Amino acid sequence: MNLNLSPEQRQFAAAIGDLLGASDLGAVIRDWAAGDHAEGLAVWRKLADLGVTALAIPPQWGGLPAHPVDLVIACEELGYHALPGPVAESIAAVPTLLSLLGVTERLPDLASGAVIATLGAPPELPYAADAHVAGLVLLVDGDELRCGVPESEWPSVDETRRVFALRAGPVLAAGPAVAGARARALDVGALACAAQLLGAGRALLDKSVRHAGQRTQFGAPIGQFQAVKHRLADVAIGLEFARPLLYAAAIALADDAATAGRDTSAAQVACADAAQRAARAALQVHGAIGYAVEGGVAPLLTKVRALLPAWGTPSAHRARIMAALSDGAVS
Amino acid sequence: MNLDLDEDARAFQAEVRGWLAANVPRAAPPPVDTAEGNAAHRAWERKLAQAGLSVVAWPAEYGGRDASALHWLLFEEEYHAAGGPVRINQNGLFLLAPTLFTHGTAEQRARLLPRMARADDVWAQAWSEPGAGSDLAAIRSRAERTDGGWLLHGQKTWSSRACCADRAFGLFRTDPAAGPHRGLTYLLFDLRADGVTVRPIRQLTGDNGFAEIFLDGVFVPDDDVLGEVGGGWRVAMSTAGHERGTSLRSPGRFSAAATRLVELWREIGDPADGALRDRVVDGWIAAQAYRLHGFAAASAPPGQSSPFAASLTKVFWSELDIALHETALELLGPRAELPGDWLAGYLFSLAGPIYAGTNEIQRTVIAERLLGLPRGAR
Repeated sequence: MNLNLSPEQRQFAAAIGDLLGASDLGAVIRDWAAGDHAEGLAVWRKLADLGVTALAIPPQWGGLPAHPVDLVIACEELGYHALPGPVAESIAAVPTLLSLLGVTERLPDLASGAVIATLGAPPELPYAADAHVAGLVLLVDGDELRCGVPESEWPSVDETRRVFALRAGPVLAAGPAVAGARARALDVGALACAAQLLGAGRALLDKSVRHAGQRTQFGAPIGQFQAVKHRLADVAIGLEFARPLLYAAAIALADDAATAGRDTSAAQVACADAAQRAARAALQVHGAIGYAVEGGVAPLLTKVRALLPAWGTPSAHRARIMAALSDGAVS
Repeated sequence: MNLDLDEDARAFQAEVRGWLAANVPRAAPPPVDTAEGNAAHRAWERKLAQAGLSVVAWPAEYGGRDASALHWLLFEEEYHAAGGPVRINQNGLFLLAPTLFTHGTAEQRARLLPRMARADDVWAQAWSEPGAGSDLAAIRSRAERTDGGWLLHGQKTWSSRACCADRAFGLFRTDPAAGPHRGLTYLLFDLRADGVTVRPIRQLTGDNGFAEIFLDGVFVPDDDVLGEVGGGWRVAMSTAGHERGTSLRSPGRFSAAATRLVELWREIGDPADGALRDRVVDGWIAAQAYRLHGFAAASAPPGQSSPFAASLTKVFWSELDIALHETALELLGPRAELPGDWLAGYLFSLAGPIYAGTNEIQRTVIAERLLGLPRGAR
């Protein structure tokens, strides 16, 4: 029994945090939203050098012998810095799907960061996110895995994100194995997304605490006022108790436990709630400064809003938890 | 990272489960505030102690088994899942004992802990006063120097289980000239001593769950000073950490309640009522979060978490307790007002955000001590 990060895992998180902290993500995000992805893709390549893109790929295809907890650690950092691009798709769901179905040709390129991937899997994922930066677009359609051909596209509330309707392309794999691989890929994607949400929530809390300590009204920093303190305390509580669910879900997926789906959904609901609470509090604490696009919290606020339902709505996840509990897997 | 229980832990879990299945009384004993209930709960504690299950995490020399924090969590899970009786000595076992381990002398531990483990002494907490609740440092009850000890004067209130206890632990002002947090001393006293009057107070639950204590020249020997004279605040904050954390309200309690709530939903829930179903699920998720959080803390390297982290825990479990019970009452509909376990548990849960330092105090502690927001007026 151990639910704590090892020193190596802490170092891994710190290395990603240091890299992103030094990468002027504010400018990267602005450029990416304006259609210039060059700097952002350079950051993706640096992350690949740290092994981030190889975490869900088996070693024989250029991946790392990593645990899903390592994926969670990485995605939390990417969420903290609001990294643009199809994070959960490219480093979690697509590698899982291709590995399980033995469609291994593109895995080395995914592991090395040479290719970014995305996918659609209706009904949970009706659109593929960020296909405009993806060299590999997949569509899971019934019991077939196909190449996806982007047709129409829409902007997202998150200005760095675009979503694409897909048309079916050539078949890559077919048969009864597709459904199982699809379910597992959606769980690993949901886990990665939950980790991003937790990271974004933590960033929103940190920014709010910093702002509340500096912003003066009525002759005092607003962080002295109980109304502000208590709201941010509630944000801290939500994040604190969401994290163990995230780690437990990663362990359940690694162990292929019967509770893995239920535990992934619990992590998703808790991280989504905690991030949502952090986003609302951050906006309120920042006031009009937070409502302005240039204020510094907008990329996080809008990313949280976009990611909340992106891997199954919280409502669908709650329904799945009750279905699992009703099957008798209460504890 | 892993959530596996080793062989040792599984064997311990099986032993506890087996013993409880064979020994937990089918019908709950009468309430602790009746003579019959008091005796029955003490007898239960003796039985637990004889089985070596009363205080598993304590050192063997005091009646424990030197069990790890993880084993203690597992014991608690089994105890609550089995529906074990209320621990009549919980203030002693979960609050005073950890404080004795940190601040007590070897003599005090040897004298007090074995008797506590067998419920020979049942302990009450005597902290709050009519003018000192959240602002605990405002207490006015005093201890005056006398030959070989101290004489207590003043009034304590909201003292949990004082009407069925033998002894109490409390904070007293020993130096009125010192500042509010200084000049306090942590003292242990006998509730049956001359000069003590205990007046029971009926609670929302209907029981005489707490009491006022009037003190008129009550003698306390020097041996019953816990920690330094004048150092009582520091000792009290150590107790408060245990009261706010997992020691007093362990995850097992909420996991068991969440499991019962899911069962209640399956028995009587309306499948079309998605909103209520989601509340049941949220209660289960939160109980699971608290359980896993406890496992994380139990497996953490020592010294890693802040002493103020217990404030996060306290707000979480107290709100979780109310949410679980409110949801159950919602499910019961018009039957919710009738006497029953869910109603009793609900009324009990309502006190959670108040005792052990109100949740408002905890949020301020979180904001100032953990987040680093500027200190300010309350």
